[in-house]
Amino acid sequence: MSVESLVGQLKHGLDAPICLTWEITYACNLACVHCLSSSGQRDPRELTTDEAKRVLDELHDLQVFYINIGGGEPMVRRDFFELVEYAIGRGIGVKFSTNGAYIDADKARRLTGMDYLDIQISLDGTDAATNDAVRGTGSYDLAIRAMDHLRDAGFVERNGPFKISVVVTRHNVDQLDEFKALADSYGAQLRVTRLRPSGRGVDAWHDLHPTNAQQRQIYNWLMAHGENVLTGDSFFHLNALGDSLPGLNMCGAGRVVCLIDPIGDVYACPFVIHDEFKAGSVRDEGGFSRVWKQSDLFLELREPQSAGACASCGSWNACQGGCMAAKFFTGLPLDGPDPECVGGAADDARATVSSALVPKPAMDHSKPVSLTRKLIPVAGN
Amino acid sequence: MTRPGGQALLDQALELHPQVALRPEPFGALAYHYGNRRLVFMKHVDVVAVAKQLADHPSLAATLEACDIAPTRWSSFATAFASLKSSEIVRER
Repeated sequence: MSVESLVGQLKHGLDAPICLTWEITYACNLACVHCLSSSGQRDPRELTTDEAKRVLDELHDLQVFYINIGGGEPMVRRDFFELVEYAIGRGIGVKFSTNGAYIDADKARRLTGMDYLDIQISLDGTDAATNDAVRGTGSYDLAIRAMDHLRDAGFVERNGPFKISVVVTRHNVDQLDEFKALADSYGAQLRVTRLRPSGRGVDAWHDLHPTNAQQRQIYNWLMAHGENVLTGDSFFHLNALGDSLPGLNMCGAGRVVCLIDPIGDVYACPFVIHDEFKAGSVRDEGGFSRVWKQSDLFLELREPQSAGACASCGSWNACQGGCMAAKFFTGLPLDGPDPECVGGAADDARATVSSALVPKPAMDHSKPVSLTRKLIPVAGN
Repeated sequence: MTRPGGQALLDQALELHPQVALRPEPFGALAYHYGNRRLVFMKHVDVVAVAKQLADHPSLAATLEACDIAPTRWSSFATAFASLKSSEIVRER
């Protein structure tokens, strides 16, 4: 079977997701300007430990091999280790995303001792100034300190490379080589992903997203580094520039990907926390399994999608019209070009979208602005 | 018996790596290696059937025979299993 026909199969959906993100809390010690879930404060409706374990039981039954745990800052949850250990005990590998604030020497040793655990440290600049402008004062030092602790604990030697996860912006795109060198220096692996206009990113996107020239720069850099750098397949809209980047080159939303949010709502992907892309809740009768297999939204997303306004463009097979979330949160039609279409097809449309018509994220858990509150707590709370 | 280059795998005794789990899917199966965290698509149900039986037979060729795979397809199976071996989904035993 050729790659193309495999992708054709995947578009009809899998029996269970292969890339399931589970954001376990909206609480976060940071307040990144591009946070795709507008995190900050815990939601009182968040899943209890028991409810979370029942979800993990279901994922085990569905043979979900691994999950990506995120937030918010997942380590804020007091049952973080309990849930991770429960997942691993049920044969579900865990990769979790963290800003590193709570990885002290002790926790680094504990994490190193766990089988089938992978860690992804978020970092958006190779210097404090670039990083902290997006992620908040002190956040660069927290991430570096966490990586130092993981190195000292021997994480890489025992569990393989942890990941340094970078959201590529206008301001850090010139640092890609430095990010790679930083990852190499820890024996870690670099992961770079696309900035989405989701969550607080709805507001930040216009100032942060790469320019057209920078998009080509990203494409060339990724082509040069091949499969050594992870991307979460997030740059397939750049494939219109030439040969395809490694990966499946398709939007996986509701087909191979989905998101469970902290209160148990299931969305088509981590970048579309909005009612229009909410398929159901793990708290509904039938649980996650029923949402994945039978929800109207997911069944609809598995139908062939129209190329719409892109139908006459020769690059559609290469870029597939880009990212659904990016279109949605910039107010563009879902069957038209990506807002960052490298052919410039969305430039006119973007200029005419009224900001009043751009959808707003469904929920906002951002912390209230306080003139006295310190953003960064000490590690090891 | 010796075979032309690339087909030598047919004579090897193979098995699914013990850290690999298979999940049935309409196109075949997903194979996940818990050790190296690789996710591999097994793109044909026959490949899945053969992979599951590898450990029960003395060689890949014997497994293909036991699974009633027509000899004309053996060379493509040798290629498929060479790829699965390189990603450590299957290994020599």
